[in-house]
Amino acid sequence: MSTAAEYKTLDLHDQTFLDSNEMVLNMGPQHPSTHGVLRVILKLDGEKVLGTECVIGYLHRGVEKIAENRTYVQFNPYVDRMDYVAAVSNGLGYCEAVEKLIDVQAPPRAQFLRVILTELNRLASHQVWLGTHALDIGAITPLFYTFRDREEILKIFEKYCGARLTTHAFRIGGCIYEAYDGFEKDVLKYCDFVGPKIDEYEGLLTGNRIWVQRTKGVGILNAADCKALGVTGPVLRASGVKWDLRKAQPYAAYDQVDFEIPTGENGDTFDRYIVRIKEMRQSVRILRQAVEKLPAGPTMAKVPKVLKPPVGRIYHSIEAPKGELGYFIVSDGSTQPYRVRVRPPSFVNLQALDKMVRGALIADVVAVIGTLDIVLGEVDR
Amino acid sequence: MSDEKPELDKSAEAKVEGVSAASASKPAVAAAVPTTPETKPAATPAKPVAAKPAAPAAPPKPAPVPWESDLVAGLKRQYGSGIREAASYLKDKYLVVDKSIIFDVLTHLRDDEKFDYCVDITAVHWPKREEQFDVVYILYSFAKNERVRVETTIKDGEKVRSAFSLWPTADWLEREVFDMFGIEFTEHPGLKRILLPEGWTGYPLRKDYGIRQQDQAWVKANIGIESGQ
Repeated sequence: MSTAAEYKTLDLHDQTFLDSNEMVLNMGPQHPSTHGVLRVILKLDGEKVLGTECVIGYLHRGVEKIAENRTYVQFNPYVDRMDYVAAVSNGLGYCEAVEKLIDVQAPPRAQFLRVILTELNRLASHQVWLGTHALDIGAITPLFYTFRDREEILKIFEKYCGARLTTHAFRIGGCIYEAYDGFEKDVLKYCDFVGPKIDEYEGLLTGNRIWVQRTKGVGILNAADCKALGVTGPVLRASGVKWDLRKAQPYAAYDQVDFEIPTGENGDTFDRYIVRIKEMRQSVRILRQAVEKLPAGPTMAKVPKVLKPPVGRIYHSIEAPKGELGYFIVSDGSTQPYRVRVRPPSFVNLQALDKMVRGALIADVVAVIGTLDIVLGEVDR
Repeated sequence: MSDEKPELDKSAEAKVEGVSAASASKPAVAAAVPTTPETKPAATPAKPVAAKPAAPAAPPKPAPVPWESDLVAGLKRQYGSGIREAASYLKDKYLVVDKSIIFDVLTHLRDDEKFDYCVDITAVHWPKREEQFDVVYILYSFAKNERVRVETTIKDGEKVRSAFSLWPTADWLEREVFDMFGIEFTEHPGLKRILLPEGWTGYPLRKDYGIRQQDQAWVKANIGIESGQ
């Protein structure tokens, strides 16, 4: 009786039986689909997202501060801990940046070894992305497939430098390790192996109706927004911008291999998936050429034991699997960098989340976080 | 821990001194940007040459070369001495501009020179200088495939106008600069800490902030332990 009276008064206010207040929902930091410790505060109207706020920093280790207290050489392994699924790319960016600062060129053989290892790492990174992204959306099988195939890459890394994830594969001035006996054979074998596997992933997902419905038209980010928000990597390319630092400003031996930059049209989650799948195929293509062209010769340039770059500051960036990874290094002429700034692709790309999910449903938030391909170790550094 | 700390402090101090030695010969800007060949010999020759006589690292020392282009000429015509330096160092083109015109220069670069992508915004702390901070903008133009670095110097406590209205990406980048250096940006949509917790005191990337230093009170109150280490 009393409840009926209450409902009546409520109706007078809202003109409706349902409570239409906005709800604030906290997602993460402990949440399986946030790929680490990302906390997203969602403002919801029913299932519709009105706005988001990312709370980050749970994995902040102060990498840039550490850099100022280590020598250039000592800091090298630390960069692997940022984007830990693509450690090789981090190392490449850092080594090349310091090489630019001391004006040293890695020898040709090292350049090609770098391309091979970095492309293997790009494959591994995209495989982790695909497995977890598909899992978030509800497809369990791709995870097993991709992690099974990634294992073979990690085995090559392990044979090459003894480590699987945080590889520290490169040194300032080249590659400290010569390719082991049978390295080229292993890489070519992997190329033959992974081609059909990528077809398998596509067989599971590309035509899958559930997959298509969950990804097509979800989280659209057009080219203008990408540029304004500084979004790079596959997310930018999926919006139709043919831009890849490997082509735009070639580094290592990327100017000596032939490959294409896959692009999308709609800038939605499905396009980003297709772009990354195509990138994996291009990586295989690059790998074959790089192995074929791998020159003989030394793998290390002459670099002084005590590195004292001249006073100056430089910025160098590479195309990491997630986007533009840049290092801004200020040298004061001492053995330690005066300042190292890491321009992390994940951090900048994550900023686009709000734009991408506004007006979408909660379930799409999960899909969009997955499609941005962030690694919290790199977001927080 | 206790025996390591002084060592860390010492090295930090040595670095600061190295800077002041360089800046003594030239006004403030020169310390930040390596213009003078004469500052370099002091820094480089001793060690590497002795360690490796054959070190062919770089026989001709890299030095900044003046950067001349229509872009620079146009800027100089418009802003005169506000453009303190335009040079290129190891193929990196950079401009050092006065803080009063930094926003105008950025606007000009975006609108008239097609620098449509703001790659990064960061800062560098030089505690011994009067103008303690360099604020660094790295811009890229998709159309020209060209990168340019724009720098300005500010004193501690001085505010910079936010680049958010030019590139929305500046939102988080400037928040990080604020978080790490305590540099405030005006007209920013929501300037607050981003990586560190809200109630934290101190700005970790300033040179006077020790590597082991932390906000003990915050750690104790929020995590309930004596130290986070």
